[in-house]
Amino acid sequence: MIGIIDYGAGNLLSVKKALDYLGADSRVVHAKNDLAEIDRIILPGVGAFRSAIEKLKSVRMYCAINEWLLANRSFLGICLGMQVLFESSEESKGVHGLGIFKGKVMRFKDYKVPQIGWNQVKIVRGSKIMDGIEDKSFFYFLHGYYVKSHNDDLVVGATEYGLDYDSVIEKENICAVQFHPEKSGTVGLKLLKNWIEIC
Amino acid sequence: MKTESKFLTGLAIRIIPCLDVESGRVVKGIRFKELKDAGDPVELARYYNNQGADELIFLDVGASYKGKEIMIEVVKNVSKEVFIPLTVGGGLRSVEDMRKVLNAGADKVAICTSAIENPNLISKGARTFGSQCIVLSIDAKRHENTWHAYTHGGRYDSGLNVLKWAKKGEELGAGEILLNSIDKDGTKQGYDLDLTKKISEGVGIPVIASGGAGTLDQIVDAVVFGKADAVLLASLLHYGEYTINNIKKYLQEKGVGVRW
Repeated sequence: MIGIIDYGAGNLLSVKKALDYLGADSRVVHAKNDLAEIDRIILPGVGAFRSAIEKLKSVRMYCAINEWLLANRSFLGICLGMQVLFESSEESKGVHGLGIFKGKVMRFKDYKVPQIGWNQVKIVRGSKIMDGIEDKSFFYFLHGYYVKSHNDDLVVGATEYGLDYDSVIEKENICAVQFHPEKSGTVGLKLLKNWIEIC
Repeated sequence: MKTESKFLTGLAIRIIPCLDVESGRVVKGIRFKELKDAGDPVELARYYNNQGADELIFLDVGASYKGKEIMIEVVKNVSKEVFIPLTVGGGLRSVEDMRKVLNAGADKVAICTSAIENPNLISKGARTFGSQCIVLSIDAKRHENTWHAYTHGGRYDSGLNVLKWAKKGEELGAGEILLNSIDKDGTKQGYDLDLTKKISEGVGIPVIASGGAGTLDQIVDAVVFGKADAVLLASLLHYGEYTINNIKKYLQEKGVGVRW
């Protein structure tokens, strides 16, 4: 059973609908106690870094997710759900992210913010999550801040918006994407299917 | 602000079909032999999605109470099988109205008259759902050397200067501007390029050009001269003169980045 974490950051339903379409069993998870039957977690999200972290703490999910990640259990972060894996964000100074990976989330400069629309993912190395997906496929992005990790081994896909940044990361059972696979048409569904079936 | 950025980055120009819906039926004339029921918004959404639409916008033009309820059903059904961004507008007057369409499966809401009557609706919506959810729709009509924002489907002049209103909207938290030219709408004479350029260069958020597309070159112009980040298309697509695929091929030949 896939658990979609509800932390008030919207777009849960889109993710749920995409999983329903793919025939995958999923459930929206509101609190730590709901995690019992869950063996895979999706952390979705649009919204602000600070409110996401605060909300996760208020429903006692912050520690639960941290433990989940440290145990290397199956995980997919989407958009803000990718950013909170890192240490901090320029969006909310002084707020600690989950910090599973080293690196900081930064704001785009010089270009229209937020980046809204379809951009390409350049495949940096082979991975399970991008298996069978063509290099430079277009995905739907919607974000004002980007991740540049300190660890190149993490990075599977990169995207250019004035500068190159990390758009897909995979480390063992932990995956995260900056774009919205649930809104990226056929190729987005393929990525979700990869995650469900082989990640 | 480097507005030529879209030519340097991989970000594609978006082609967005617009469906005007009244009581659950698409009301602008639609002529497709391939469709069993061209007036059914769900079937048409599926059709444009298969053609390669980058997003879809549904405008409830009747905006009656019953129409709103039907629109919610439409959005529920479309979002079950069409996995691209969906925007819904028309008659949304409160955060609760917004929540209903978002919960039904919309990704963004477009507000026009209600935002002019109550600008706080923009900031309330942005605080509740995030800026990326809030599309400020502006119906613009030329007044000598400037443009005024109109309300109620273009019937009343609010007296607001469009550039000032767009900037104010951005400040209040709108994530995108849907810019419709009343003068050009339905004329097929091309987008209002001066208007599009002025607004696109004046704000830091994406601008969707709307109203007047009649030829492929006019679409290129909206992007190259008007600096639009996306183009809205209605009649041009509905009458089957061009497919989204035709349009994208042409844009690409002209050096405009599109999604495949």
